[in-house]
Amino acid sequence: MAAVRTSSEITVNRIAIVAVLLVTIIFLAPIYWIASTAFKPRNLATTIPPTVVFQPEISPFVKLFTKRSQLRSPPSPEEYAAAPWWERVVFDGGEKIVRDGKGQVQWSGYPSRFMNSLIIAITSTVLAVGMGTFTAYGFSRFKVKGEADLLFFILSTRMLPPVVVAIPMFLMYRAVGLNDTHIGLIILYTAFNLSFSVWLMKGFMDEIPKEYEEAALVDGYTRMEAFFKIVLPEAATGIAATAVFCFITAWNEYAFALIMTNRRAQTAPPFIPSQVGSGLPDWTVIAAGTFLFLLPVAIFTFLLRNHLLRGMSFGAIRK
Amino acid sequence: MATTMITTLDRSTRAAARGLSDISIRNLFIIPTVLFLIVFNIFPLIYSLGYSFTDFRASTNAPANFVGLQNYRDLLNDPYVWSNFAITAKYVIVSVVGQLLVGFGVAMLLNRDIPLKGLITTLLLLPMMLSMAVVGLFWKLLYDPSWGVINYALGLGNFEWLADPKMALYAVALTDIWMWSPFVMLLSLAGLSAVPKHLYEAAAIDRAGPFYTFFRITLPLVAPILMIAIIFRTMEAFKTFDLAYILTSQPTAELISIRLYKMAFQEWQTGRSCAMAYIVLIMVLAITNIYVKYLNKVKER
Repeated sequence: MAAVRTSSEITVNRIAIVAVLLVTIIFLAPIYWIASTAFKPRNLATTIPPTVVFQPEISPFVKLFTKRSQLRSPPSPEEYAAAPWWERVVFDGGEKIVRDGKGQVQWSGYPSRFMNSLIIAITSTVLAVGMGTFTAYGFSRFKVKGEADLLFFILSTRMLPPVVVAIPMFLMYRAVGLNDTHIGLIILYTAFNLSFSVWLMKGFMDEIPKEYEEAALVDGYTRMEAFFKIVLPEAATGIAATAVFCFITAWNEYAFALIMTNRRAQTAPPFIPSQVGSGLPDWTVIAAGTFLFLLPVAIFTFLLRNHLLRGMSFGAIRK
Repeated sequence: MATTMITTLDRSTRAAARGLSDISIRNLFIIPTVLFLIVFNIFPLIYSLGYSFTDFRASTNAPANFVGLQNYRDLLNDPYVWSNFAITAKYVIVSVVGQLLVGFGVAMLLNRDIPLKGLITTLLLLPMMLSMAVVGLFWKLLYDPSWGVINYALGLGNFEWLADPKMALYAVALTDIWMWSPFVMLLSLAGLSAVPKHLYEAAAIDRAGPFYTFFRITLPLVAPILMIAIIFRTMEAFKTFDLAYILTSQPTAELISIRLYKMAFQEWQTGRSCAMAYIVLIMVLAITNIYVKYLNKVKER
């Protein structure tokens, strides 16, 4: 039956489409503002009325990666001409890049924090998803005594506020010298993500028909061979989705990183806010740092779009 | 015939003999994870339970003295701690109700044929995937009384969002609503799209009004999934630390996690903060228990 639409229905539909567009614009506005501020000259970042149209600049990113100091006097024309383009854009903003005695450019704290974030998020994701996949298979295929209680225990470890867990972990890490180390944070994030990974992967494992492995077992595969050659390939999508979720969680995590690290192993989330400090912050540099930091997650969100519902509900809702 | 039977049997028994038994594989797969979680999640909590009965301060080398239940007594009699709980409760209610209204509202709007629906949905989901701490920081600029975009767009002049003690908590909740309404929207959309179309057709034939249709058909059928959204968001809002800590230092916006953080890592009242952590932990476990029971009930359907 072809739906006959009354004119009032069409009007309602049109209003809804306009409303959806408005909502989308409002929701994306803060993210757009971050991205646009990251390409603004400093004097346009905080203006009234806000600057919407401007000539984009790369200087916030140059400043993000280097140590700078205020220029007392403008650089001499020779100095300016001798400087590479990325140094000139900093001169143009009234600052200069700090160099050491040998003329080497001094890096800011950002690149090392970004690297720390990458190392810690990737390693903890591999560990959590690796262990979680095995455990999920175990729960999915074999009878486990007190299975519901064990799964509840596994989940409950994730439900605690991070600060509650962080207090004893801080004391223990201090005792064994793991404070402000990569390994310390990797262990914490692995433990944190492991419960999630077990719950989500169990859902994916439950969906793989048992008959696949049973057929393989009859064909002379061992249980291990069946797991690696039959189950794992079937679970590949689930593993990828779980891994992306774990990565994003570890990448975004703030409270543990704030408490457990201060310099050597500090990740980007506690570092970026610490740049604001006192006085008038340079919001273009903060926006540039934020922009680079958010970029991987934005890309992953698009790749993950069909699994978001499932992941965000701990596998409670499947579609 | 008989020979093939024998070889098949033979092969699978040989494989079984070659490989590990199912029970040992099960143990091999499950026990390391459970051990890992016990060592890094349960053991620390036992460790801090011990400290919660002492006056230990991690900033000094003074040995811890056993004080019995003193910490717990002090905390439960401390009006400041109670006010932290009250602030947290207010925050949870404001932000979860806000997310429900916005999220469900947007889902109702999206639940129709709309050009580029997939793209719009994905774009709307972006805020919740981003780092609360880092994006929250940027809301400081948006809220700024003199050059913030929000005041400019709404024509609010020099309205103080974060520096006003009365407003700060609502400003944090507003940012949280922005971040997490998409989550409620996502769940609601799943619920709405599962409502059978023939129910609406039947209602239309009976000339039921839009309100009747909404309250008698849509809402009851989406309710279970909305309940999941409410439970999830309530737990997360209760735990909130990043956003409120970054956005404001107003005592009127001091959530329980922030109080705990200050007690442990700024005032270094380690023993007392361990006791406080235990009070919070018991509350969370109680909520989690209810929540897991509900999840399992929904899953069975």
